[in-house]
Amino acid sequence: MSELVLARAPWWRRLYAELTRSPLSAVLNIAALIAIVLVLTPFVSWALIDATWIGSSGDACPVTGGACWAFIGAKLRLILFGRFPYEDQWRALFGAIILVALVVLSLNPAFWRKWLLAVWGVGLGAYGILMWGGVFGLSYVESSLWGGLPLTILLTVFGVSFGLVLSVPIALARQSKLPVFKTASIIFVEAVRGVPLISVLFMASVLLPLILPDGFTPGGLGRVLIGLVLFLAAYMAEVLRGGLQAIPNGQYEACRSLGISYWPMILKVILPQAFETVLPAMVNLFIGALKGTSLVVIVAMMDLLGAAQAALADPKWIGFYVETYVFAGLIYALMCGSISWYGRQTEKLLRDMRGNSNDRG
Amino acid sequence: MKSATLTQGGPGRARLARLLSRREYQSQALFLIILVLLVLGAIHVAAGNLEESSGKSGFAFLWEKASFELGESLIPYSAGDTYFRAFVVGVLNTMKVAALGIVCSTIVGLLIALGQLSKVLVISRFCRGYIEIVRNVPLLLQLVFWHTFLIRGLPTVRHALSPVDGVFLTNRGLYLLSPVAEASFVPVLLALLGGAVLAAGLCFWHRRTGTIFPFWPWGLLVTFLPAIVTMIIAGAPISWDFPELKGFNFKGGMTISPEFTAMLLGLSLYTGAFNAEIIRAGILGVPRGQTEAGLSLGLHPGQVMRKIILPQALRIIIPPISNSYLNLTKESSLGVAIGYPELVRVANITLAETSQSLECISIIMLIYLILSLITSLILNILNARTAREAY
Repeated sequence: MSELVLARAPWWRRLYAELTRSPLSAVLNIAALIAIVLVLTPFVSWALIDATWIGSSGDACPVTGGACWAFIGAKLRLILFGRFPYEDQWRALFGAIILVALVVLSLNPAFWRKWLLAVWGVGLGAYGILMWGGVFGLSYVESSLWGGLPLTILLTVFGVSFGLVLSVPIALARQSKLPVFKTASIIFVEAVRGVPLISVLFMASVLLPLILPDGFTPGGLGRVLIGLVLFLAAYMAEVLRGGLQAIPNGQYEACRSLGISYWPMILKVILPQAFETVLPAMVNLFIGALKGTSLVVIVAMMDLLGAAQAALADPKWIGFYVETYVFAGLIYALMCGSISWYGRQTEKLLRDMRGNSNDRG
Repeated sequence: MKSATLTQGGPGRARLARLLSRREYQSQALFLIILVLLVLGAIHVAAGNLEESSGKSGFAFLWEKASFELGESLIPYSAGDTYFRAFVVGVLNTMKVAALGIVCSTIVGLLIALGQLSKVLVISRFCRGYIEIVRNVPLLLQLVFWHTFLIRGLPTVRHALSPVDGVFLTNRGLYLLSPVAEASFVPVLLALLGGAVLAAGLCFWHRRTGTIFPFWPWGLLVTFLPAIVTMIIAGAPISWDFPELKGFNFKGGMTISPEFTAMLLGLSLYTGAFNAEIIRAGILGVPRGQTEAGLSLGLHPGQVMRKIILPQALRIIIPPISNSYLNLTKESSLGVAIGYPELVRVANITLAETSQSLECISIIMLIYLILSLITSLILNILNARTAREAY
């Protein structure tokens, strides 16, 4: 009865009812609230009330005062874009936007069509022109200068998309009855999953120049990407294997009885269903990949974290590391949070779609 | 056609010919051939490149003298010892931070999970917020932040912060009081051990006779009373060695380096957020009817938790949480970024000094692979046991 009344009440009335469900719970809630306010007050006054927002050097910020957001203001372009040439940073910005747009499109199952491949081709072409330049009056920018947030996005998007493509044959091989493919796949997946990402990155940046003939060795960015793709492919193959296992045998049998041969069956019947099942796990891997790209700092590349650390080196601004790391952490948290939000939306969408089709059938 | 090939040679050759004519065997053979060619090519090029740079190869360098110091080690080590010993120090440091990290991250995870399941809305929302923020910020950033904070944010040795007597926070590390065993240490320890054995025996005997030996107060009493009596007779078993400021640094007590503290803080808080989700899912995974059934059979809430909920929740929790422990062990390799001398850091310095990249990287990979294999072995045994206990 009261539940029914509450369901229609405004949100603050519902919140109040939730907080004061019993006298004990009301007391505990108030105590917890007071404790949290006590803990957060110094932080809030540091971050907002005592903070310095404007200034041109570290002298503008009092030593004992609050946060020095003026530092972030002065170093914003360096933190966000690294060493990308200053006047051309709009190109890196647009490039990053293109990549993000491609990913947002691809995460929606409604767009899993053939034209999506064409969109990717066009998008990547535009991306290459924007980043490298050298045509249409754009000056040439070496890939070693790419940095900051666009580099983080580049590593994530390319790592995940190529990793996804590579993971399909690996997962299929692991399911296969042919012993050579199965063994090779198991060895690869288990070996990669058993070692930390940083050792794979080391291997890619140190070992690739050793085992490739001169002239074929990719640059630093290419090597890191190869390492990242191999690493992610192993994890994605393992996730995808779970999806393949979840597909009922009847699907395979139906295909066989309809006379559909192996590859059309895999591409049109099995994989779309497998990807739908593993979408939540893939979104988690996507977030893991985004966080994992920060490791490229260790092999001397300047992604968002690296650029933030570079900003700290200015002798005019000494000691504003808390502001810098909070700012960089906030960007990461926002990006990861929005990916996981988008993943949940897509999941809900998929569930609704499936529910409807089940009703009809 | 087929019968013709069958009759040509002996049965062996015919079978081979038949195999070779099938597509799946052709594709597998092709794959193997390409793989072998690629590996041979890589070895050939690598040999050429190595010769060019006149580098040595092989693991003989492990017995040469290393010229670097390592910040901390569990076994005596100094520059001039062999590379092999340096690697052992690295592995031990990895295991140290991983073992403590696993314990701390489990405690953090349990607290956050219970907080999130709490009926008190403010607490559960707060814990949710913690998980959402900590999970979504790269571990490396958190580690670098904690490390920078510990060496730049804390005062110098002269102005050390001392929140509790015997604990000093400085930018050179944490100085803690350390326990020193006194003469009465062994008797008190023996008494404690005897009490515990007695309590366990009583518990076992009660179980055989079909009654329950109450943990409170008898279990506690039997366990601790002998030790307390011995302590009163023989004196306190442990005295404390306090760190004291002498000259430019603290003497006495024990020192915990900022690198280790940063690693432990970062790993525990980060993995703790993941563990919280795992533990919460495990507890929620046990149907509510189980609690109700236990209570209606007349068990205490504590007994219901220990005997009914926890064993079932553990069955759900153990597989993902051991994966999370394994991740923590692998992520301890990020110590290389803040200078904590774990395996990857040692390998990295060795690589820079000897330029034997192939060997150093294969050592890293091999050791982590072994650690992974051991973990999955333990996991499988544990899993088998919890699955068996359920029936």
